[in-house]
Order: sequence, then C-alpha cells, then structure tokens
Amino acid sequence: MNIVVCVKHVPDATGDRHFEQDFTVDRVGVDGLLSELDEYAVEQALQIIEKRPDEEHTVTALCVGPEKAVDAVRKALQMGCGAGAHVLDDSIAGSDAAATSLVLAKAVEKLGAERPVDLVVCGMASTDGAMSVIPAMLAERLGLPQVTLASVIETQGDQVRIKRDSDAATEVIGATMPLVLSVTDQSGEARYPSFKGIMAAKKKPLEIFSLADLGLEPALVGLSVAWSAVEDTTARPPRTAGEVVKDEDGSGASALTDFLATKKFI
Amino acid sequence: MSEVLVLVDHADGVVKKPTYELLTIARRLGEPSAVFIGPAAQGAEVAEKVKKYGAEKVYVIDDAQIKGYLVAPKAEALEQLAGSTSPAAILIPSSYEGKEIAARLAIKLESGLITDAVDVQAGEGGPVTTQSVFAGNYTVQARVTRGTPIITVKPNAAAPEESEGAGTVEEFATTVSDAAKGAQIVASQPRQATGRPELTEAAIVVSGGRGVGSKENFTVIEGLADALGAAVGASRAAVDSGWMPHSFQVGQTGKTVSPQLYVANGISGAIQHRAGMQTSKTIVAVNKDEEAPIFELVDFGVVGDLHTVLPAATAKINDRKG
Repeated sequence: MNIVVCVKHVPDATGDRHFEQDFTVDRVGVDGLLSELDEYAVEQALQIIEKRPDEEHTVTALCVGPEKAVDAVRKALQMGCGAGAHVLDDSIAGSDAAATSLVLAKAVEKLGAERPVDLVVCGMASTDGAMSVIPAMLAERLGLPQVTLASVIETQGDQVRIKRDSDAATEVIGATMPLVLSVTDQSGEARYPSFKGIMAAKKKPLEIFSLADLGLEPALVGLSVAWSAVEDTTARPPRTAGEVVKDEDGSGASALTDFLATKKFI
Repeated sequence: MSEVLVLVDHADGVVKKPTYELLTIARRLGEPSAVFIGPAAQGAEVAEKVKKYGAEKVYVIDDAQIKGYLVAPKAEALEQLAGSTSPAAILIPSSYEGKEIAARLAIKLESGLITDAVDVQAGEGGPVTTQSVFAGNYTVQARVTRGTPIITVKPNAAAPEESEGAGTVEEFATTVSDAAKGAQIVASQPRQATGRPELTEAAIVVSGGRGVGSKENFTVIEGLADALGAAVGASRAAVDSGWMPHSFQVGQTGKTVSPQLYVANGISGAIQHRAGMQTSKTIVAVNKDEEAPIFELVDFGVVGDLHTVLPAATAKINDRKG
C-alpha cells in the first residue's frame, strides 16, 4: 500500500502559546513538537502495514509548515515511517484550513504520481487550531470518502472497516480505498522511537517541496487570501484562585454545600 | 432581509436544544430558515417546534438517500440549498458531524469557515464570531471574508429566546452523487440514554478522575450529579481505565464544556483536561492532593477524600431540597 500520514508541528501546549501581531499563531518563537494527536495517526498507519507483511508498502509522513516543522516529520520517521515530505514555502505562512487542505491535497497527489495513494491518515484534530476539519476538507479536495474518528481500524484488500464513537452512537463504517482516515486517541498508545529507529531515521529519504513543485500559485495561499480573518485576540485573564478549605471531620462537605447554596446551585 | 440557514440538530426527529440557540443567533443576522435533514414525514412536526424560535421557513430534505452514509451527502444537500437560496450565513451545530459537514461545504462553496463559535453577533462586514482557543487561554474575534459565512456554533452559545415565525414548510429535493456514498454506516448502536442532561448542554457538570478509583465508585459522582440535576463527566484517566465510556470524557480529545458550574472530583487538572472545562463559569474541585493544579482554577476547593466528602455533601444537598 501507499500510505500518507499528515503530521503537524504545533506549539507545545504546556508552554506559553500566543499570537503574533498579525494574529497568526507564533510558531517560531516557541518550542514546537509533533502534535500529540498525530502520533496516533502515525501509529495506526504503521500498524496497518505491519498486519500486512506480505505486501510492499510505503508510509510517508507529510508536513506543511515553516523550517522547524520538519521536526514533526523527523519524529514520524523515528517512529517508523519510511519516508518524509515537507512542504516548505514562505508564501504558505498564515494559511487557513482551506488553503492548508489545498497544499496537502496537491502534495498527496504528488506523492501518488507513480503509485496511487491508497490511504491518507490524519489525527482527529491538531492540538493548536483544533478545528478537526482538515480530514474532511482534504477528502473533499481529493474527491475521496472520509472515514473519521476511528478507534479501531481493520483493512482487508482494498476494504477499510472502522469502529468509532460518534456524537450520538457507536458506529461501524465501511469504505473502499482510496480514502482519508482520521483516528482518535482511543485507537491505541503511540510507540516511542527506539534507539535503532532514531539512528535509522537519519538515513531515510526526506523530500522538500516548494509550492512550484506542487504546481500551486503562491497567490492561492497565505494570510492575505485566507477565507476568514481574525480581527482581535484577547488573553483570558488568569483565573484567580478562590477559597480552598481542608476537610476535617466532615467540615469539607458542609463548606461545599454552603458554597453551592450561596451561588444558588441548590 | 436575507435568509440565514440553520441546520437542525435532532435525533430521529426530536429537535435538540442547540437548534433553538442557533435560531436565536440567526435572528441577529437575518431571517432564520431551519433546514431539517430527516424523514420527510417528520417535517411538519419539526416545523411546529422550530417556528416557535423564529424559523420563517423550514426546508425539509428527505434523508432516504442520505442517512446510510457519513457526512458527504449532507454537504451536497446543503450546497444545493445554498445555491438556490443565496443565504447571508449558514449556521451548523458544532458537533464532530457538524464540523465535517461544514468543512466539505466550505470547500464546495469556496466560502470561509469558522468553527466552535461561542458567540456570534451581526457586524458591518458580516457576522463576527467569538471563539475560545489555546485551551481557553485566549478569546478570538473573527469574520469570514470570502463567500457565504459558514459558522459552527457550540452548545450554550446563546440562551434560546422564543419568537413566533411563520414556519412555512418547503420540501427541497436534492440529488446525491455516487461519489458521496463512499463511507457507509454498516452498523449503528445509539448510546443509551442516561436520563441526565446532555454533557455539552448541561448547566452543571460533575466529573470524576483518577481519584475516583474504580468503576463502582463512580456512583459517588453520579449521586452528587443527580442531587444537582447535573450531567456526569470523566477525565481521560478515568476513561482510559475503563471506568466510564469515552462519550463522557471532558477535555481536548473529548467534549468541551462550558457550564455554569463544573465540579471536578479526583482530577489533577492537566492541560488536556483544562482545555475541555476552563471556560466554565464557576469551578469547584475536591481532591486529596492540595498541590493538584486544578486548585489554581477553582472558585472553591476542598482538600479531602472525595469518597467521604461527596456522599456527605450529596446528603446535605438532598436534605436542603427537602
């Protein structure tokens, strides 16, 4: 199979995340890493091919982002992806989800030029923008079905069957490859790169694409042509810690009940 | 005034509360038209409900060709309806399904998409949305700058206000392409009703985490929830331990809630959990560990064993209610 895993490089959520003056996310002045939710996508892509040992597979980790975003691809290579691709072009900065999905779609087409891509695997959301729309947008752009939010994935031949917890039901979804798959953090712990994996990753092919390589005009992407615009951002004032009492001989329950009654929750 | 399309959130024809919130918001932006994708036979019944919240028109799209598949056919149906109505905006509930429909629709209509709005107001250049981002640490004001604004709106973004609309039913015929039928729903097991409020819609949420200790001990959480008329939530640790189903998870990869009152029990307050509850109006925590980061967020906290504090508090609350 030919599998592409989309990986995003995001600001570390445990650090200080903030906006630039043009209201884009500061991606340069902060520590970044492979989005935790994309690790599950890498893991599932690897598990899919490991369950099909008799075939020949390619798993390519694909990333769009500034120079340091290549670290997300590197981590995916260390985990076991066979190849990497990084779309790097200054014009892309500030792109919205619609433009990002366009760049990803063109990159997937490029990676499928010689051997058609069977599966595009994504995480359920990024940990920064957290819109959860890229898998659906990418599927729309590529004219493919989307099979999303999978917690259990099975493939057989060109058939994919997943289990998922959707908004109101537990569902089994079936579809035929090629398709776009997204997986949740319920799909199983992502592996840590082994020492061997880290060493091997250094020798794995990593392609850099510009927009021109993908046949895309710079005028189609970037902040200035985004289909939506942020007009203001406001840091939420930190919550001021309220009263904290120690429970002694049942005093905690009384104090809690009094607080709830004062606030009219009872 | 231009129409504003509102996709009706329903379960088997039973209209859910976010629909009324979206209709209330739609009235700020134009003339609300409800869009019901479901069995055509239920259209009249749905129209009776949504007209009370200002729906002037109710487009009924029969789902015989739609219901067996994931979102793509719904996106096609909305594309066709938008083509014939040229709406001022399209409002969609911010569920996973809603966001995926909106995502496909945005590409089809070449229109800007804003997800997870917690408020929407009319502005000179079109609707202005408010979102809560970076785990609730920032609020962002944004606007769609191209095409028809498509906005997914979170539950509780507005208090539903009644206002009588005409509720004129119009059946809208759509064609679904074969390409949109690629992802088939093979089996579906609706979640069992708990009899408690919906987690994302509840005014009060009582959650349990690692400190609860076992599946059986969740009865302590449920007891307090029932005394307060609250929904039950769980941290990822409690879900990963198998004590509660994933549908109860509050946090980055579960539900985001913003109730009037959030009670966190035996939950340390990791960033992933905070992302799902930090914008709650009032936060209360009970935790044995006085160093737990959750106490940095609380309006009121009790350092103590939830297994003794909660049952005692539950009894006191039930006493007060008489």
